[in-house]
Amino acid sequence: MASTVAETHSEVVLKKKKVRRSEFYQGWKRFKKHRLAVIGLVWVVIFCLAGIIGPWVAPHDYRTGDFLAINQAPSWKYIFGTDNVGHDMFSQILYSIRSALIIAIGATLVSFIIGVILGLWAGLRGGIADMIIMRAVDFMMTLPGFLFALILVIMLGRGYLSLILAIGIPGWAGYARLIRSLVLSMRDSEMVEAARALGASQAHIARRYMLPNVIGSMGVALAFGIPGDLIQIAGLSIFGMGLQPPIPSFGNMIAQAGENILGFPWLLYFPAGIFAITLLSFLFVADGLQEAFSPKGGN
Amino acid sequence: MSEPLLSIENLQVKFSRSEDEVYAVNNVSFAIHENEALGIVGESGSGKSVTLMSSIGLIRENGKITSGKALFQGKDLLKLRPKQLEDIRGRDIGVVFQDPMTSLNPIMRIGDQIMEAMLTHQYASRKEAFNRTIQLLQEIGIPDPHSRFKSYPHEFSGGMRQRIMIAIALACEPQLLIADEPTTALDVTVQMQILALLQDLRRKRGMSVVIVTHDFGLATNFCDKIIVMYGGQIMEAASTDMFIREATHPYSIGLKASIIEVGNKGKEISPIPGAARTLTEAPTGCPFAERCPFKTERCLNEVPELRAFGIDHYIACHHAEEVASYAV
Amino acid sequence: MPSNALLQVENVSKTFRVQGKKLHAVENVSFTLEAGKTLGIVGESGSGKSTLGRMVLRLIESDKGKIIFDGMDLSRIGKKDLRALRQNMQIIFQDPRASLNPRMSVGDAIEDAMAIHKIGTKASRRARVVELLSRVGLPDEVQYAYPHELSGGQLQRVGIARALSLNPKLIICDEPVSALDVSIQVQVIQLLRELQEEFNLTYIFISHNLAVVEYLSDEIAVLYLGEVVEQAPADELFEKPTHPYTQVLLNSILKIPEAPENKQEMHSIQGEIPSPLSPPSGCTFHPRCPFAMDICTTAKPEKKTVSEGHHATCHLVN
Repeated sequence: MASTVAETHSEVVLKKKKVRRSEFYQGWKRFKKHRLAVIGLVWVVIFCLAGIIGPWVAPHDYRTGDFLAINQAPSWKYIFGTDNVGHDMFSQILYSIRSALIIAIGATLVSFIIGVILGLWAGLRGGIADMIIMRAVDFMMTLPGFLFALILVIMLGRGYLSLILAIGIPGWAGYARLIRSLVLSMRDSEMVEAARALGASQAHIARRYMLPNVIGSMGVALAFGIPGDLIQIAGLSIFGMGLQPPIPSFGNMIAQAGENILGFPWLLYFPAGIFAITLLSFLFVADGLQEAFSPKGGN
Repeated sequence: MSEPLLSIENLQVKFSRSEDEVYAVNNVSFAIHENEALGIVGESGSGKSVTLMSSIGLIRENGKITSGKALFQGKDLLKLRPKQLEDIRGRDIGVVFQDPMTSLNPIMRIGDQIMEAMLTHQYASRKEAFNRTIQLLQEIGIPDPHSRFKSYPHEFSGGMRQRIMIAIALACEPQLLIADEPTTALDVTVQMQILALLQDLRRKRGMSVVIVTHDFGLATNFCDKIIVMYGGQIMEAASTDMFIREATHPYSIGLKASIIEVGNKGKEISPIPGAARTLTEAPTGCPFAERCPFKTERCLNEVPELRAFGIDHYIACHHAEEVASYAV
Repeated sequence: MPSNALLQVENVSKTFRVQGKKLHAVENVSFTLEAGKTLGIVGESGSGKSTLGRMVLRLIESDKGKIIFDGMDLSRIGKKDLRALRQNMQIIFQDPRASLNPRMSVGDAIEDAMAIHKIGTKASRRARVVELLSRVGLPDEVQYAYPHELSGGQLQRVGIARALSLNPKLIICDEPVSALDVSIQVQVIQLLRELQEEFNLTYIFISHNLAVVEYLSDEIAVLYLGEVVEQAPADELFEKPTHPYTQVLLNSILKIPEAPENKQEMHSIQGEIPSPLSPPSGCTFHPRCPFAMDICTTAKPEKKTVSEGHHATCHLVN
């Protein structure tokens, strides 16, 4: 039975049977408009690929140097040159990428997981739990995270796992605060009230109504987290508190190159340049994601 | 007839959006005379508010006036520099917005805000301004003006804040008061209070008022003249008396027949089918055509001109005569 | 209690704490609503009308009083049963955009309502979505649209379809047309009226707009600062408004005049709506009442019967 009051649907944008109308697709479309972000993404992908396949494509072993070829300028054999013990810089960088990525992603996930758990707890429970967690957040935010990480490295050692924990553990506060505020803004929203009125359970509301609306913001926060952690790793290495040599890392290379900057500048240019471009690329990608997926990004 | 106070001629406003342009106001002309209350009525997206606000230089950043004139005291407001416009706005033309909370300064005492209106336009000395502020507060019905002078906006109710906005708009005794949905955010009893205040002030000062509203009940009871807008164009313009007696545009008729009013219970009400659409191209026909029962081929292909249709009555419809005979 | 009463509300009250003060949002409200009928609740801001609507659904818990729905005392029902019971009582919100999940397509939103109550299979639910959409006057394709792609009127139809998907007995309509344009308002109201007849729905229609309430309601309760000041069958209320507040409210409505001579004069009403945080003593309406007497400032009036089924809470009524 047709209603007598049907609207004409001129205003509905039901464009030519576009199948993929999902938020993700819309976001990708917006992301693509952001040129720097796309360039950044290309670099990030190359960087990640290099990290993954590095050990198989590295032309030389990162541990053993060629004593007959120390401090060589870039050449066909050693495209990024060699250092003072004859290590091939290109291979060193490939391995550094791998280690940096492992630690950065690991540490970001550690921060993120702790942050999400505590943020959810604070936001959904409220009351005393909220108060304690938020005071802890304030406390963490006033501490310089780098110093905290430095202390943890001294306590835990200089392996992969300890670095992941040392950088990851102090970083949870920002995520916790973000998650809590997202949850709070939604808890009393009409959308959630409407879902309750439908008879939805807490779990259903969290999964179907809250999560899809916070996932964008969380993804953006994650994307910003990785370059931040990369800087920390490099910083720790420069202080001699990064991965135990001979495992190569950007920080070590940059610190060592600094000693020979005048004689063998390529030792600085390549690692520092690649590191800087990588950081920028991650930031551009994060920026693009923010514009594409943040709540204001919609029409 | 005397020279109009403000006359808008062939105004055209466009808004740019990320992917297209919106033709918000298309070729709108009208005039407001001395001591007159004009109501510009329409639904959302009809361009009613944009028309009026852009003619006094208040337009959103993505908006652009592509042609037209707004003559006020012999000057084209659209050609003035921002500074000159600000001089006229607030002194010769008072403006009242829908939401007083966003247009009042939350950290400034309300008395100072009213005084500031006079001082920036060098309308009065500090002392005179103070005295006038007290007088104005009294006039707009704020009890105990000396102590309320020092209150901040958040200490007032919505209705009282709207009164304060009116006091600011009236501070320099403008000849013209422009009010954009001044009572939409208010409760009905408060709306009545504000309208009574406006009516009273208007009569006392002989000032002209333009009210932009979506409320036909408000416009027909408060105003002397009515302009009905749809799709960025004037559909019908008439004296209120004429409009009440013989509104002729199919859109006006449709609306009058479809508004639910007290006393309508049991009556069959026939809504206008469809919904207004946003114009993203220059209009090629009548914007109301697709919802209009009188639509013909011509309505789709030819923009109807606003033409005289009796005394104090203008209409933009190719089939006005036919509609009129049908209505009778 | 009449045998066919679907909903019985007895002396419900709700107090919120705001800035350390008590806010009596709803005080001692009672009414009975028969199946298939509409109760209109009218009031201005701060009258507690939306709170009352949510209390009926237990979206807000009442402090005291009883709500009996379909023979069940809601206050004695556990959380889980309450969720199941929500199938029978639904709500339509003022702002459909805010009440829908922006990341869920319209079809998913309607389907989710049924999925929550495990109604049918995925395929049968999808079929029902299309059927519901067409019933509220929307084309099939709308199911794939996201809320930001639709207009306010279309979204309100979606909200109605979602409520309808559960085959509820009672629907609370909380200012369902206030955010819409006049020409769209009428469309939605007619739709609500058609649906009521078709599915024998019972409505509580909450609005500040007396005309709309009159159009749809069988009975009307006028709320002022959390209390019902007058309650009567709709016709009776408009013919014989007894409480001074109802009269003021009726006189504040601006109708399009039938003839130029009938234009209304703007008249000032004394006083402001008081803050619910510090309501006036005695009758809460006395500072604005044109007929206020001494007793009104000190003693709270009791509910008096004007005629059969018509009550007013005013000292003027004997």
